[in-house]
Amino acid sequence: MSTLLSVRNLSVTFDVRRPGSWPWTKPRKLHAVSEVSFDLQAGECLGIVGESGSGKSTIARAIVGTIPSSGGNIFFEEHDLANMDPRQRRVHRRDVQMIFQDPLAALNPRMTVGEIIAEPLVTHEPNTPRKEVKARVRELMERVGLLPNLINRYPHEFSGGQCQRIGIARALILKPKLIICDEPVSALDVSVQAQVINLLMELQRDMGLSMIFIAHDLSVVKHISDRTLVLYLGRVMETADSHKLTTAPEHPYSQALIASVPIPDPVLERARPRPILEGELPSPLAPPSGCVFRTRCPKVQPSCAEARPALEDIGGRHFVACPFHEAEQVLAVNE
Amino acid sequence: MFPNKAAIEGIGDAAHLAEVKGRSLWADARTRFFRNKAAVVSLVMLGLIASFALFGQFFAQYDKGFVDFSLIGSNAYKGVPSIETGHYFGTDSNGRDLFARTVQGTGISLMVGIVGALVAVIVGTLYGATAGYYGGRIDGLMMRIVDVLMSIPFMFVLILMLVIFGRSIFMLFLGIGLISWLDMARIARGQTLTIKNKEFVEVAVATGVRPSKIILRHIVPNLLGIVIVYATLLVPSMIIFESFISFLGLGVQEPNTSLGALINEGARTMQFGYYWQIAYPLFFFVITIFAFFFVGDGLRDALDPKDR
Repeated sequence: MSTLLSVRNLSVTFDVRRPGSWPWTKPRKLHAVSEVSFDLQAGECLGIVGESGSGKSTIARAIVGTIPSSGGNIFFEEHDLANMDPRQRRVHRRDVQMIFQDPLAALNPRMTVGEIIAEPLVTHEPNTPRKEVKARVRELMERVGLLPNLINRYPHEFSGGQCQRIGIARALILKPKLIICDEPVSALDVSVQAQVINLLMELQRDMGLSMIFIAHDLSVVKHISDRTLVLYLGRVMETADSHKLTTAPEHPYSQALIASVPIPDPVLERARPRPILEGELPSPLAPPSGCVFRTRCPKVQPSCAEARPALEDIGGRHFVACPFHEAEQVLAVNE
Repeated sequence: MFPNKAAIEGIGDAAHLAEVKGRSLWADARTRFFRNKAAVVSLVMLGLIASFALFGQFFAQYDKGFVDFSLIGSNAYKGVPSIETGHYFGTDSNGRDLFARTVQGTGISLMVGIVGALVAVIVGTLYGATAGYYGGRIDGLMMRIVDVLMSIPFMFVLILMLVIFGRSIFMLFLGIGLISWLDMARIARGQTLTIKNKEFVEVAVATGVRPSKIILRHIVPNLLGIVIVYATLLVPSMIIFESFISFLGLGVQEPNTSLGALINEGARTMQFGYYWQIAYPLFFFVITIFAFFFVGDGLRDALDPKDR
């Protein structure tokens, strides 16, 4: 397997200005993502999990290029996307496509489904004859489970699940190498979630796509992804194979996260011990010194405040950012 | 329980059915608009007024420039509106046929209003959408220019312009064109700020669509609803504006005329009993303005059903 995407020390900061302040006052820096590194092999699916505000979507947008990164590199097939001028970058955009959380908001209400799906194709291959564009759109609509004769309909005439299928078709029309799914199923109801996820898995297998799958639902991530990355306050806490991470997590944060997934069996659910996470995510404007998780960590030590723990390789492509890590068997989710 | 075999085959066949026509948001708005009685009546009125302005001259018995010298001195009883003499609307104080003059005045007034609104729609929308989409410094600079232009006492400048460069229709169009887009630019920018944060714009950026295409394909069609409403309400205010300038004697000059100029003349002779010289132009003026307002109202209700 070859490495398709390799992210090195990616940081994204936003300038935050107090409302009503002078234009020359120095803005405060909000660290949405700091020093995130990971690799993605061709054909692999990486899950990214974390609480709201942990920087999951920011990573996705930095890779796709709708938010500028402030440091680090994003190597996509040896090309550094992070330090490219916009003109060069536009050429590379066809290989990385994105699927969004709110299926209806991601579709222009004034365009027909056919126009929406064809847009990437028309943008990158403007000389394609109109007939061929239409044929490809119809073929793809059938592939994602939409009736091709609905090609002239408008987005508001479809259900949420169908809209997400339209979004998937649009992302696939250029046959990209990488698809980034930003919580593609959280806005859908549970039965439709399963259909969309199975469709994504099927497409990934058939077309040999690599995928980054962002979700806050661990059971979904475990189902779809080969590897999982746990994010907290913009930093990587743990990366491992999905199976290993969900059954034997090493980092206290991953353990707490997994223990908070409900088990659909009241007896087991009541009986299991729970490490409780107290409090809220600290402000990314003033992250804690040392380990960012120390303010809520059940295993916190005095030394945690001193140095930022590095991501430690503990074998088998398993990385943990905690010097006091220990494997803890947790009740597996949906086994 | 299970669908029978024929039904399953039917689903398979459905994939090859003819394409279904979608109902666009525009089609929905059209249906809502035509359900609004007042707006439809006003639209018909506007159509009648427009055809009056376009084809009225073919029904006039006299040329608009022809002065009927036989009426001079006896305008009060010979120049009254009548079918027999062919002066349907009577004559004006110079003995010209008021019907032909009203046709001409209505045409010019409508043209002033429509040109003003068109400039506003094209320039204002693109300017505002560009400023809003790029944001930051470009937005700041572009909108400050608008602020500066707005803060100039416009009527004063227009009057000065008309006095210095001579009074002509072109000058009037130029003046109206210069101000009419300012408000529209602000409205379009405000709308763009909300639209550009929608996910479908982000998708377009991520796909690599060029900024100019994004503005034209994704932003402008989505703010067009508000722009159209504002434009239909802008037409009557432009007509009123032109009438005011003409009423002051600075707008349209002889031998051309507009409704405002005709009303001005009519107002001068009203006290001598020539009521028709003000009544007919005023009637067309009021009807036009009312019709535009009702159509604009109907469009607003149709295009933005949430706002009711």
